Amino acid sequence: MSTPRERPRKEPEETALPADGERAELRKSWGTPAGLLGWLMSTDHKVIGKRYVVTALTFFALGGLEAAAMRLQLARPENRFLNPDLYNQIFSMHGTTMMFLFAVPVMEGLGVYFVPLLVGTRNVAFPKLNAFGYWIYLLGGLFLYTGFAFNRGADAGWFAYVPLSGPEYSPSHRVDIWANMITFTEVSALAVAIELIVTTFKQKAPGMSINRMPMFVWAMLVNSFMVLFAMPAVMMASGYLALDRLIGTHFFNPAEGGDPLLYQHLFWFFGHPEVYIIFIPALGMVSMIISAATGRPIFGKPALVLSLVSTAFLGFGLWVHHMFATGLPQLGEAFFTVASMMIAIPTGTQIFCWIRSVWGSRPRFHTPFLFVIGFFLIFLVGGFTGVMLAAIPFNLQVHDTFFVVAHFHYVLIGGAVFPLFGALTYWFPKLTGRMMSEKLGRWTVALMFIGFNVTFFPMHWLGFKGMPRRVYTYLPEAGWSTANLIASLGAAVLAVGVLLFVINALRSMRAGEPAGDNPWAASTLEWATSSPPPPWNFDRILVVPGQNPLWHEKELSHVTGLRSDRREVLVTRPLDAEPDHRAVLPGPSIWPLFVALSITVGLVGTLWTPWAVVLSGLLFLVTMTAWYWPKGEPTGKHPVTEP
Amino acid sequence: MKVPARAPFARASARGATALALIAAAGCRGIQSALDPAGREASRIAGLWWFLFWTCTAVFVVVTAALLVALFRRRTAQSADPKRGRALIVGAVGATAAILLLFLIVSVSAGRAVAEPAGPNVLRVQVTGHQWWWEIHYPGTPDNRDVVTANEIHVPVGRPVLLELTSADVIHSFWAPNFHGKKDLIPGLKNTHLFRAERPGVFRGQCAEFCGLEHAKMAFTIVADPPEKFDRWYESQLLPAAEPATPSETHGRDVFLSSPCMFCHSIKGTPAFGMEAPDLTHVASRHTLAAGTVPNNRGNLAGWIADPQSMKPGNHMPPMAMPGDDLLALTDYLESLK
Repeated sequence: MSTPRERPRKEPEETALPADGERAELRKSWGTPAGLLGWLMSTDHKVIGKRYVVTALTFFALGGLEAAAMRLQLARPENRFLNPDLYNQIFSMHGTTMMFLFAVPVMEGLGVYFVPLLVGTRNVAFPKLNAFGYWIYLLGGLFLYTGFAFNRGADAGWFAYVPLSGPEYSPSHRVDIWANMITFTEVSALAVAIELIVTTFKQKAPGMSINRMPMFVWAMLVNSFMVLFAMPAVMMASGYLALDRLIGTHFFNPAEGGDPLLYQHLFWFFGHPEVYIIFIPALGMVSMIISAATGRPIFGKPALVLSLVSTAFLGFGLWVHHMFATGLPQLGEAFFTVASMMIAIPTGTQIFCWIRSVWGSRPRFHTPFLFVIGFFLIFLVGGFTGVMLAAIPFNLQVHDTFFVVAHFHYVLIGGAVFPLFGALTYWFPKLTGRMMSEKLGRWTVALMFIGFNVTFFPMHWLGFKGMPRRVYTYLPEAGWSTANLIASLGAAVLAVGVLLFVINALRSMRAGEPAGDNPWAASTLEWATSSPPPPWNFDRILVVPGQNPLWHEKELSHVTGLRSDRREVLVTRPLDAEPDHRAVLPGPSIWPLFVALSITVGLVGTLWTPWAVVLSGLLFLVTMTAWYWPKGEPTGKHPVTEP
Repeated sequence: MKVPARAPFARASARGATALALIAAAGCRGIQSALDPAGREASRIAGLWWFLFWTCTAVFVVVTAALLVALFRRRTAQSADPKRGRALIVGAVGATAAILLLFLIVSVSAGRAVAEPAGPNVLRVQVTGHQWWWEIHYPGTPDNRDVVTANEIHVPVGRPVLLELTSADVIHSFWAPNFHGKKDLIPGLKNTHLFRAERPGVFRGQCAEFCGLEHAKMAFTIVADPPEKFDRWYESQLLPAAEPATPSETHGRDVFLSSPCMFCHSIKGTPAFGMEAPDLTHVASRHTLAAGTVPNNRGNLAGWIADPQSMKPGNHMPPMAMPGDDLLALTDYLESLK
């Protein structure tokens, strides 16, 4: 053990343990009622965050099974394992699931769980909205998969281009379900974005001025702003599509003056930022894990933060690189080449800063850090192919081929799933109070790394050899058989790796080594409370003295005067985090679930009739009234000077 | 492929065998490969790729080496000095920007090269995408020398070819990797795509934009021929369909004209002028059937007529239930349409 990891750190419970009476009071005011009703009413961000993560990982498993089915089908030429109709549903469901039901929600779930802990507060800013966001996401996912179970799975690809997805060429309800599912999940994403922005700006512990925010909080903040600007575009795309299908609006019908390319612009104006919405939280995780593994602050934090922000801005300026083959004017396209290439500058900056962070630190090679190393190697390759894809002539050759399939899996699995699995391992002790097995963890990283590369590396070559994406079969004479077989075998190894992770998690949840508060000797506030944290997160709201509060030389002081007999949080100013006032947050409520259900009535019912909108609107009105019904308990602002 | 009606037609024609051999050679000879260019544009792009590839490989090696050193190097006085780190990072970011600028220049110049105007000598070919086949039209106006065919484009080596692309239904994407990148076929829009074949040969391409059920089986053949050979082919395609030469062929034509076939297909010189499906005037001269799904031979042709849904499930051709004799005669007739 090298010295930095043994630097003096704060054990707040020992010195700042409030009287048992106060704890009991906190438990009473922050607890959730027992029983099923209580379970449905919870507004605890940790409960909701865990639900997001578990639900998203379940969808990840489903998406993985779909991937496995595709790899089985493509393992040999002219395979009859899947018929074209089922294959098309499966690849559409795979993409839709992974993008909308796994990648975005899992990042949001970890944000919902950890941002309040990292900024040292007791709940997110809008706890009921948070509960609503989860329910609407869950209902959207169930809606999509119920459709799939009844042979109504999405079958026009995850970006469902018109006119193929329009009423004429996709007459069944498959695309209706897909389009409405988008609305479900985007509402959920917007809800989370708003909560996290407000929580970050208004509920940071005193002293956590904006420059002291941990990297993951920064990443979620940037992510949330991207969500605010990206999601409305896709809701417009899917909403117009739904209107075209439901009431014949002809937004995208070329025969009636509609424009199929408009759909592509709207979709990719969301679709490309979406990649960064998934990827930016992962970058935050990488910084957190590196800092803990090296036992010292991350190097170049201002550069890292600015990189995240500039990635977010640039991310909105390159959607056209998905459309180079549509015949847009060349000069216009060149701007998007520049923007697409420029994204490598902030990304490169981050990679250099991380390498510098590790430089000479003799890091601990525990599982989360091994995932980060895997991330580096895979993501570099994905980044390079990304820069290549910005070159229009080259893009035209490999666009919509297996080269692109390889590219975005390198970026998304390497760039997001590896850090995610690292972060899940890293935060597992906080989530459950127990450590994951290090031995199984190492095997997981090794199998996933090897399996991933064996699966996806040959796909680059397949793209050059003319294999388009989304083909359910190919001729034996095409010469693609060997590479496809290798890819399928690699997928099996990758699947074993993921399965091992699941086994490890399930076993460790019951039998893992007890973790203690801060098993990694990390510096951020989530480690300043018990594992798992109590419903009120922190017995005392801590005062943050610097960048790395738990590595601070002196004991952390804490806030007094916050009432324990109700759900009171300290509201601070956005930039300097000076205390501003106290706010009372709402407690458990069943109405978020019912509001979500009222919207579900509309989104499901419009499959058959536009009148469902009216019914849904009325139900929405009723449930929202109940949501806001005064409970006789004062909520809202209270000056901090009050005793 | 299991085709019920196949057994009586097992004899593959010489041309069918050639086609099979050509498709079979795809793997080794690269008749569908971006890295085995047969045209000016694809050559330029392949050159761009190799440049990008080697540069990125070099950067990957350097960055990975830096990472490994960072991971395993012992702590030194230098490693703790933040100033030194900052200078290195600024340098590395500067190098990144410089490489990107180089990429931009190389990319834009390649883009200009592949977008050079065609000149007056250009051969225009209209390609219309259908679910799931390609309609090919060589406009020969004003001399009424139009050629209509399907799923097979013949081009003269050395002469620029300007494809005019549109779609009759959903979005498709034209991709012949040996010649150029992709261009989308979008309903209501007309895109153009210019390429120039540099060596003769038979090449394969296929639809690259997901277009529904049989997207996987929407391929086409590009035959690049020396100009004289191309001209001969063009002249042969201008002719109306061959008259039946045998009683069986005559019977076959009667079967064709008395069945629903003629509502969708056309055969020039007969009353069949359906526009929904590929023109069959010279169907026997083509290399493949069902948009590159199978080699064009007698067995496959009969199998296709009898049970198209088995070879390409979901395609828009209904199965034709007819007595064995009629099927034989119809096959004889279509086989004669060179």
